[in-house]
Amino acid sequence: MSKPGPVGERAKSTPLLSRLFSGLFSLVMNTLGLILEPLQNRIGVQRMAYIFLLPNLLIFGIFVLFPMALNFYYAFTTGTALFPQDRTFSGAQNYQLLFDCDNFLDPNSCNEDRFWRAVFNTFTFVIFQVGGMVLFSLVTALVLNRKIRARGFFRSVYFYPVLLSPVVVALLWKWILQRDGVLNALLVALGGERIVFLLDARWAMFWAIFITIWAHMGFYTLILLAGLQAIPKELYDAGSIDGAGDWQAFRNITMPLLMPSMLVVLVLGLIRAVQTFDEVFVLTGGGPGTATQLIVQYIYTTGFASQIQRFGLAASASVVLGIALLIFTLIQLRLGRSSEAV
Amino acid sequence: MSTVTKFLTRTRGRRRLHVTDVLTYAYLLFGVLLMFGPVVWLALSSFKTQAALVEFPPSFLPFSQQTAPVEGFDKPLPLYDVTMEDGSVVRLAQVRRIGLEAQLVDPAAPGEIIKVHADQRQEVRSIQFAWRNYTEPLEQFNFLTYLRNSVVVTVTATLITLIINSMAAFALSKYEFKGRNTIFIIIISTLMIPISVILVPVFLVIAKIGWVNNLWGVIIPGAATPTGVFLLRQYMLTLPDELLASARIDGASEWRIYWQIVLPLAAPALAVLAIFSVMWRWNDFLWPLIVLSRTELFTLQVGLNAFQGELQIQWHFVLAMTVLTLLPITFVFAFLQRYITTGIATTGIK
Repeated sequence: MSKPGPVGERAKSTPLLSRLFSGLFSLVMNTLGLILEPLQNRIGVQRMAYIFLLPNLLIFGIFVLFPMALNFYYAFTTGTALFPQDRTFSGAQNYQLLFDCDNFLDPNSCNEDRFWRAVFNTFTFVIFQVGGMVLFSLVTALVLNRKIRARGFFRSVYFYPVLLSPVVVALLWKWILQRDGVLNALLVALGGERIVFLLDARWAMFWAIFITIWAHMGFYTLILLAGLQAIPKELYDAGSIDGAGDWQAFRNITMPLLMPSMLVVLVLGLIRAVQTFDEVFVLTGGGPGTATQLIVQYIYTTGFASQIQRFGLAASASVVLGIALLIFTLIQLRLGRSSEAV
Repeated sequence: MSTVTKFLTRTRGRRRLHVTDVLTYAYLLFGVLLMFGPVVWLALSSFKTQAALVEFPPSFLPFSQQTAPVEGFDKPLPLYDVTMEDGSVVRLAQVRRIGLEAQLVDPAAPGEIIKVHADQRQEVRSIQFAWRNYTEPLEQFNFLTYLRNSVVVTVTATLITLIINSMAAFALSKYEFKGRNTIFIIIISTLMIPISVILVPVFLVIAKIGWVNNLWGVIIPGAATPTGVFLLRQYMLTLPDELLASARIDGASEWRIYWQIVLPLAAPALAVLAIFSVMWRWNDFLWPLIVLSRTELFTLQVGLNAFQGELQIQWHFVLAMTVLTLLPITFVFAFLQRYITTGIATTGIK
C-alpha cells in the first residue's frame, strides 16, 4: 500500500464520496494483491489466468452448469423430496404423464391437462405477441427513421416502458383495466357497456399480449432503427435516379437490407416470449381459470406454489421448455450464418 | 396505398409539409400518449383518497369532497352546497343521510339540524393530494424494508457481477492458456438458458447451501452472467497488448495490471454492464419470489405483488407503492437514456 495508484492521485479534486469510494476500492484491491502477488511468483504469469477465471467459473459451475445436468436427473425422478438422494428414480414416468393424451389438440383429453393448456396458451401468446411486436416495432422504427424533429425524444418515449419492472407494468395496466377503471369509463362515455376485462378469458389473453408488447417494443424498435440507419443513403439516391418509387425502394432496398435486424428481433422476441411469466402472472394470476397460464407459470406452480411440490414434473416440463428454446437458438445461429453469406 | 408507403418510407428533399408528415407526427404523439399516459394516470391516481378511487367514472385530477371539523362530532363532516327553499345557496356539513332526506348542520352553528331533500345538495369538491397513501404504508407496512432489501440486492449483485465478470473477461482476452476457447464457448452457449429452465435444481443448490430465505440466495446465482463476460471480453480485446507488456516490464503484478490499467480503460463497457445489471436486479421477480418467503426479506417487486395479491386490493396503497418503485428507474432513464439506448443499439442485449 506504499505506492498510491493513479486512482488515489486523481482523487484530490473529486468530491468526498467518490474519493472515499476509490480509497476503499484501492484498499480492497491492494489487500487482495497481498495474497495474489506471492501466488503469481509461485505459479507464473500465464497461470494467473486461471485465478482470474476462478470466481466466475465457480459461480457459473455451481449455479448454471451443475443445475443444468441435475435438471435431467430430476426429470426422471418422482416424489416430493427436494434432495436428490431422497428421490425415487421413475424412468420416463414424468414424461409419460405429461404426454398422456388421447388427442394432443384437446387439453381436456390429457391426464396432465394444466400442462397442455399452458402449452396451448403459450402458443397463442407467442404467435400474437411476437407478430404484433415485430409489426409495431417495424412501423415505429420506420417512422422514427424519417426526417423528424426531436427524434431523440420520441425514440426515448417508446423506450421508457422497457425499463419499468414487469410487476409495475402489470399493476399499472391492472389499474387501468379494472372494473371501475379509466378504460371502462372511456367505453361508457362512448356509449358502450362496461367490460370486466380480466375476468373474460379472451380479453385477459388480449391484454396479456398487449401489455407485453407495450412494455418491450421499444427495445426491438431500437434494434430495427439501428439497422435502418446502417443502410447507406446512396442506395436510395441511386434508386431514385433509376426511377424507383417509394414502395419499390422500400421493397427492394429497405426490406432486404433490414432482414438481418428483423431476424434478430424475431428470434430474440420468440425466445423472450416463450419465457414470459412476470407480467402475466401479476396481471391475471393465470386466470380466469387457466386461460392465461403460460408454461413458465406451470413450472412455477407445479414445483413451488402448490401444496404438493412436484419437483420432478416441474423439471420435466422445464426440459421441454429448454428444448424449445434450444431449437429457436439453433434457428437463430443458422439464419445468422446464412444472412452473413448473402 | 401510396400514402401508406410514403408514411412508412423516408422522405427526401421535400419542400413543404406533406400529408404523410402530419400522419407521422400524429403517430408519434399517439405514441407519447400511449407510452406515458398510463404512468401519468397512475401517478395522478396515487394521490386520490380511498373514496375518490372507487368513483366511477373517475376524475382526471385527484378531486375529492371537502370536509370540515364540526364541534360535537368526532370525525370531520363532508361539506355540501345546499340550495335552500328561497333559492339561496348555503355551505353545510352533512351529519347523516336517511333515505332521500339529508340532515345537515351549519359548521359555524352546529346546534340546529337542517333537513333537506338529497337532491338539493351538491358535493363541495376540490383537488386534494392524499399524502397519506404515501406516508401510511411507510409506517404500517414493510415498504422501507422491501426498499432496503432491493437496494442491498441490486448494489451487491452489481458490484460482484462487475468484478468477477471483468476478471474472467480479462483472463479470456489477454492470456493464452489451455482450454481458453472451450471455456469461452461453454460460457457463451448458456447465453440463452434462462433461470426459468433450471428453477428446480438451482433451488436445490440454494437449499443445500442454506440460502433459502437469504438475500445471498437471490444475489449469487445470477452473478456470473455470460452476457457480462461476453460484453467485457469483446471490449478488452480492443485494448492494446503493448500496454500490458510495458507494465510488466515496469514490474507490475498481473493483479495490479488488472485493476489499475485494464479496469479503468474498460470503464465504458463496465458502465453499460452496470446499467444492465441494475436494471436486471431491480426488476427481478421470479427468482426472488421462489427464494424468499419471509415477508421481512421481500424485495420491492415481490412485496408489491404480495400487496396486490390480497383478497381486497388496497389500491390507494398499491398505487403509491408502485409510483415509488418506478421513480428510481425513471430517474435513471431521465439521466442515462442516451447511454442506455446507444448501449442497446450497439450490443443488442437487454
